[in-house]
Amino acid sequence: MTQTRQAAPMILMEGVEKWYGQFKALTDINLEVNSGEKIVLCGPSGSGKSTLIRCINHLEPIQKGRIVVDGVTLGHDTKSIDAVRRGAGMVFQQFNLFPHMTVLENCTLSPLRTRGLKKDAADALARKFLARVQILDQAEKYPAQLSGGQQQRVAIARALCMEPKVMLFDEPTSALDPEMVKEVLDTMVELARDGMTMIVVTHEMGFARQVADRVIFMASGQIVEEEPPEQFFQAPKHERTRKFLGEILRQH
Amino acid sequence: MAYKFDFGAIWEAMPQLLAAGLGTLGLAVAGSLLAIVIGIGGVVLRDSRLAPARWLVMSFVELIRNTPFLVQIYFIFFALPLLGAQLGQLLAGLGLIARPTNYLLIGPWPTAVIALGLNGGAYAIEIIRGGVQAVPKGQWEAGAALGLHRATVFRLIVLKPALRAIYPSLTSQFTLLTLTTSIAGAIAAYELFSEAKFIDSQIYKPFEVYFTITVFYFVISWFMNQLFQAFARRYFSYPTK
Ligand SMILES: Nc1ncnc2c1ncn2[C@@H]1O[C@H](COP(=O)(O)OP(=O)(O)O)[C@@H](O)[C@H]1O
Ligand SMILES: [Mg+2]
Repeated sequence: MTQTRQAAPMILMEGVEKWYGQFKALTDINLEVNSGEKIVLCGPSGSGKSTLIRCINHLEPIQKGRIVVDGVTLGHDTKSIDAVRRGAGMVFQQFNLFPHMTVLENCTLSPLRTRGLKKDAADALARKFLARVQILDQAEKYPAQLSGGQQQRVAIARALCMEPKVMLFDEPTSALDPEMVKEVLDTMVELARDGMTMIVVTHEMGFARQVADRVIFMASGQIVEEEPPEQFFQAPKHERTRKFLGEILRQH
Repeated sequence: MAYKFDFGAIWEAMPQLLAAGLGTLGLAVAGSLLAIVIGIGGVVLRDSRLAPARWLVMSFVELIRNTPFLVQIYFIFFALPLLGAQLGQLLAGLGLIARPTNYLLIGPWPTAVIALGLNGGAYAIEIIRGGVQAVPKGQWEAGAALGLHRATVFRLIVLKPALRAIYPSLTSQFTLLTLTTSIAGAIAAYELFSEAKFIDSQIYKPFEVYFTITVFYFVISWFMNQLFQAFARRYFSYPTK
């Protein structure tokens, strides 16, 4: 643990262990993410990337270690879980928009229910973020009427409507047709420019080069390597990282 | 002597049959409403984290599905009030109520509604539960990630798509409930079939009487179906892929 940082990290994971029954999905995860930092998390399928970010907002409970988000230590109590979740936006691979609500209703749900905003204020907030992801003109439509790329941008806007301190992305472009990947990545790049703290699980290495402060490589539930993108791509230290990068770059 | 068809006799009994038809329709509507409430509430408890609640709902469903409706409605009408009388004595004895009151002694028509609601509700629990399980896990997770509690996620995010997925099965179940009202006459609840039997016993025109109520049942059932479809069109009219 470095003692030189002045401010407390936005996200702190300390000795985190996660089990699914008898299966150990995360082993001794130690991670610090400072306010405004952008982390790209990559690794082979099944290495525990989703599990790691889902532990941060307690979609998965951990069995050992400690997670602190914006000063709140995650326990199993509703109070700490609520506080952490309300400060962390999450974007899923499959969008997970609510099919029976319009785009606008998807976005206003959390502000109305968790922050007690009045309808007018929630609408205004939603419209602001829908404009920011350039999809305001679709506000009255239902998710099924939008393309995959549009849906994912709505999902980003929906998370932003919580005005979170941190954004967690779990392979946000993996379910998209290739021609729609760019519009979503562009939205995320812009968000990064605005100074959002982000953890992004992705295999989009171009995105990693462009916005990541650090790239983390995971394998078998462990963090294998953690470097700024230049080092990570040019001089990976570990054999498994080299092998993984070789496979990824061959695909793209 | 050959049977003489005479629909004129039915014509005179028509006001009685129409009134009894309304009784049947009322049982069907009230019973269905109660069944939906029990169905949704039952699913919440059935999948709750409270083991006793889960156990209670599972036992209730099994009990209802493995016993005849006629026995159920008799039990509620004739057996439960005996328990209610004891309970009333007990509560009065403890000074909790002023004088012994039998809360389980209720009239035939409300009893029929309760019996139909419990019976239809037990089947509705299983059907609605299927719908809830058809909703992707990602919907629950997205709701949780937005900071909503489990109950809110169920009510606002999961319930509507769940009902949409199974409403054709639910509709058939409520058609069945509508037709089951014909058993409620067994406890002297005011409804079409028992009224028809009474009229037939007076005018001895079984063909005309039962032909007429066959038409009535068909119309009532059809009407209930339309009601359900209209509701579904209004409530589930969001586009899907
Ligand atoms: N709900 C679960 N129950 C049991 N095992 C799970 C569950 N979720 C994930 N796993 C297992 O945990 C490991 C890590 O999964 P995951 O975090 O989804 O990996 P990644 O996102 O890197 O592909 C995998 O072996 C996966 O099979
Ligand atoms: Mg994953």
